[in-house]
Amino acid sequence: MKIHKYDTVIVGAGGAGMRAAIEATKRSRTAVLTKLYPTRSHTGAAQGGMAAALANVEEDNWEWHTFDTVKGGDYLVDQDAAEILAKEAIDAVLDLEKMGLPFNRTKDGTIDQRRFGGHSRNHGEAPVRRSCYAADRTGHMILQTLYQNCVKEGVEFFNEFYVLDQLITEVDGVKKSAGVVAYELATGEIHVFQAKSVIYASGGTGKFFKVTSNAHTLTGDGQAACFRRGLPLEDMEFFQFHPTGIWRMGILLTEGARGEGGILRNKDGERFMEKYAPVMKDLASRDVVSRSIYTEIREGRGCGPEGDHVYLDLTHLPPEQLDAKLPDITEFARTYLGIEPYTDPIPIQPTAHYAMGGIPTNVQGEVLADNDTVVPGLYAAGEVACVSVHGANRLGTNSLLDINVFGRRAGIAAAEYAQKADYVELPENPAEFVAQQVEQLRNSTGSERVAELRRELQETMDANVMVFRTEQTIKTAVEKIAELRERYKNVSVQDKGKRFNTDLLEAIELGNLLDLAEVMAVSALARKESRGGHYREDYPNRDDVNFMRHTMAYREVDSDGKDSIRLDYKPVVQTRYQPMERKY
Amino acid sequence: MSTATLDKPGSGSQQDASPYITVVFRIRRFNPEVSDEATWQDFQVEIDPKERVLDGLHKIKWDLDGSLTFRRSCAHGICGSDAMRINGKNRLACKTLIKDINPHKPITVEPIKGLTVLKDLVVDMDPFFQAYRDVMPFLITKGNEPTRERLQSAEDRERFDDTTKCILCAACTSSCPVFWNDGQYFGPAAIVNAHRFIFDSRDEAGEQRLEILNDKDGVWRCRTTFNCTDACPRGIEVTKAIQEVKRALITRRF
Ligand SMILES: Cc1cc2nc3c(=O)[nH]c(=O)nc-3n(C[C@H](O)[C@H](O)[C@H](O)COP(=O)(O)OP(=O)(O)OC[C@H]3O[C@@H](n4cnc5c(N)ncnc54)[C@H](O)[C@@H]3O)c2cc1C
Ligand code: SF4
Ligand code: FES
Repeated sequence: MKIHKYDTVIVGAGGAGMRAAIEATKRSRTAVLTKLYPTRSHTGAAQGGMAAALANVEEDNWEWHTFDTVKGGDYLVDQDAAEILAKEAIDAVLDLEKMGLPFNRTKDGTIDQRRFGGHSRNHGEAPVRRSCYAADRTGHMILQTLYQNCVKEGVEFFNEFYVLDQLITEVDGVKKSAGVVAYELATGEIHVFQAKSVIYASGGTGKFFKVTSNAHTLTGDGQAACFRRGLPLEDMEFFQFHPTGIWRMGILLTEGARGEGGILRNKDGERFMEKYAPVMKDLASRDVVSRSIYTEIREGRGCGPEGDHVYLDLTHLPPEQLDAKLPDITEFARTYLGIEPYTDPIPIQPTAHYAMGGIPTNVQGEVLADNDTVVPGLYAAGEVACVSVHGANRLGTNSLLDINVFGRRAGIAAAEYAQKADYVELPENPAEFVAQQVEQLRNSTGSERVAELRRELQETMDANVMVFRTEQTIKTAVEKIAELRERYKNVSVQDKGKRFNTDLLEAIELGNLLDLAEVMAVSALARKESRGGHYREDYPNRDDVNFMRHTMAYREVDSDGKDSIRLDYKPVVQTRYQPMERKY
Repeated sequence: MSTATLDKPGSGSQQDASPYITVVFRIRRFNPEVSDEATWQDFQVEIDPKERVLDGLHKIKWDLDGSLTFRRSCAHGICGSDAMRINGKNRLACKTLIKDINPHKPITVEPIKGLTVLKDLVVDMDPFFQAYRDVMPFLITKGNEPTRERLQSAEDRERFDDTTKCILCAACTSSCPVFWNDGQYFGPAAIVNAHRFIFDSRDEAGEQRLEILNDKDGVWRCRTTFNCTDACPRGIEVTKAIQEVKRALITRRF
């Protein structure tokens, strides 16, 4: 075991982690621990764009953007945070441009903007061009640009270090962050990082679903590490299902495709979104479009022999436009489906995409231990966190924005905290939990296999807690997850070595997924209403009287070591907007 | 090789009963904890030929041999984790469909060449990223920053579009015979990333970058074998980018 000491430790080197690192490195001695090489992070997969009311191509302002964000989130958004997001968006985009990001340009040489779902002029009048983009690889360009600037600033990275535990020490009755424990992939060695402040920027958890746009490595490690240490997770029942994943594979085809004029059609060739969202049509918010697709499929208007998908039709768009604006996704269709999007519609289905919930923070990125107490020295930003700017449903292009705005904020706040704080004493035997976990998995002779448990988990999640949910389906999922968690105790790995033991790490990642799936299902069961991404067929309406509040889930362990989940609730921050019915 | 029949898209054969076929993966294994020698190992996998080579590797890892080790993340050609030598050619495992590489013969999978193998298909990427960092891969400007964005015409933006696509997968560099023989050579990927800034109208450090690439281990080592362009999974015209850098060095115009 090795012990390191830094002022600030950042967990994750995606957009949020690197944006934080650029700030933190200027202000404090900073280490970035990341399980992937920074440029491998899933921010690189983002396609469509980053929202900011630059008003480069038509009238726009940050207040309209705030409204759309609040409405898009079905009013579960904390409105103070949404205001910050929309206001700071403009500088966030300009900062990236100054760092070198090659945005697409208008005729005048300014940053070009395009339409995206849920973003509107003057509180829902008509779609507005707010998304700043670099072809359909905006996330790639953000990730590259931030990495380039990390190289410039001399950010210190520990690549292929997996953070597996959060260290918390109680000082005078206050829980404080003391550091993290990481496992080095190359050697199998365990490292303790003592740090005055820690920022989680470890991304999403999509891999508990089968059909997903998320990378294999998005297993919610950060959420799981904090949760296990008694910290809450907020709004975990809210998961976004993006309407246009490649049929069966889940690979994303950006909403920008519809922003450029693409149309969804059922087996009769009908533009069905006109029925469900007369104004915004194909650009209604994602939860609405995903449900509409499944309604078409359920009512027998799906395409293909099994009627299990619909089409994304780009054939009426000029090939030059597709080449210039959507080169990557048209290539995905060619590579993975053998389909030529110039002439043929692309089969799609909703794909599990984005975790609205996560580690609760305030607008400085400080992690909350309950509804109002912060954990000194602990921060989170990006998809791992829940500020909450996305509420019950995130608008497209608001996450690339979130990681930049709140990544920057967390980086500054954490480093400034580290400048004046002292180190918190490490718990006795700080590496104990990770060492035991690793040893136990390595030595286990149990009969359960990681891949099999993961398959069963993903199947139950897809079948029971996806776009449509009911009391019964969620209960089925809760029971199945409990069974899988029990069987997980008996899991073993084949690779017993120390070097690059990805077999072992997949087992650990599965443990995290199981814990988080349970939180999601239990939170969903208790929310007896429909709001944003959480749709209960047995409670199809939004219920502001009982459920206009954030879910806060806590791990409880009783004296026999048996664990359970306790749910609590947190009020939503409302400033200017009163909840209204959401129509597109 | 030529006798195998590949699926032709739209040939109507999709309706046939089971899409699964048996494919042999012949994989270069190396684990220094077990032995100093690398060996070939065959695995038989039932797989739909429309699946990716990465799906095949996962089937092996998940159902047959958990110790098989490779890097991967996004699974759709965007993160650059899984460049490997598949049937002797550098490709991304997640972007290569089995039907496209003759599944009726064993499919060979080896680590990319020229970088130290650490375990199975995992190589040491540090020298590769070091070369990248050496070309100062970040925008350098002088004077005061404007309050709004810097202006750039659509044409100026287009000028370096191709080289912004790079995902740093190393398929190009590790397919380059010059790099195999001499690891000191910057390699195509670093030059591609220098190109991305040299030809960006906003950047003001082109001269400095050109000087770096004028070094004995710089662009002049390139022998224009086009391996890199063939290997690039992002379709970047790597050789052309290198040529443009060479020309800029001679004319000092970019
Ligand atoms: C296909 C796709 C397209 C998208 N398109 C858009 C879009 O157009 N616009 C938009 O706004 N949003 C989009 N999104 C959403 C957005 O891209 C993501 O939410 C966002 O990029 C997440 O960034 P992040 O920095 O939080 O996490 P990530 O980029 O996922 O980074 C996570 C980091 O954490 C590290 N990490 C994870 N676990 C550990 C651990 N245990 N120890 C150490 N390190 C760890 C990883 O190595 C990685 O560096 C898209 C998402 C997907 C999947
Ligand atoms: S130029 Fe192409 S092959 Fe080379 S590293 Fe970049 S993406 Fe990979
Ligand atoms: S796994 Fe990301 S490029 Fe292949």
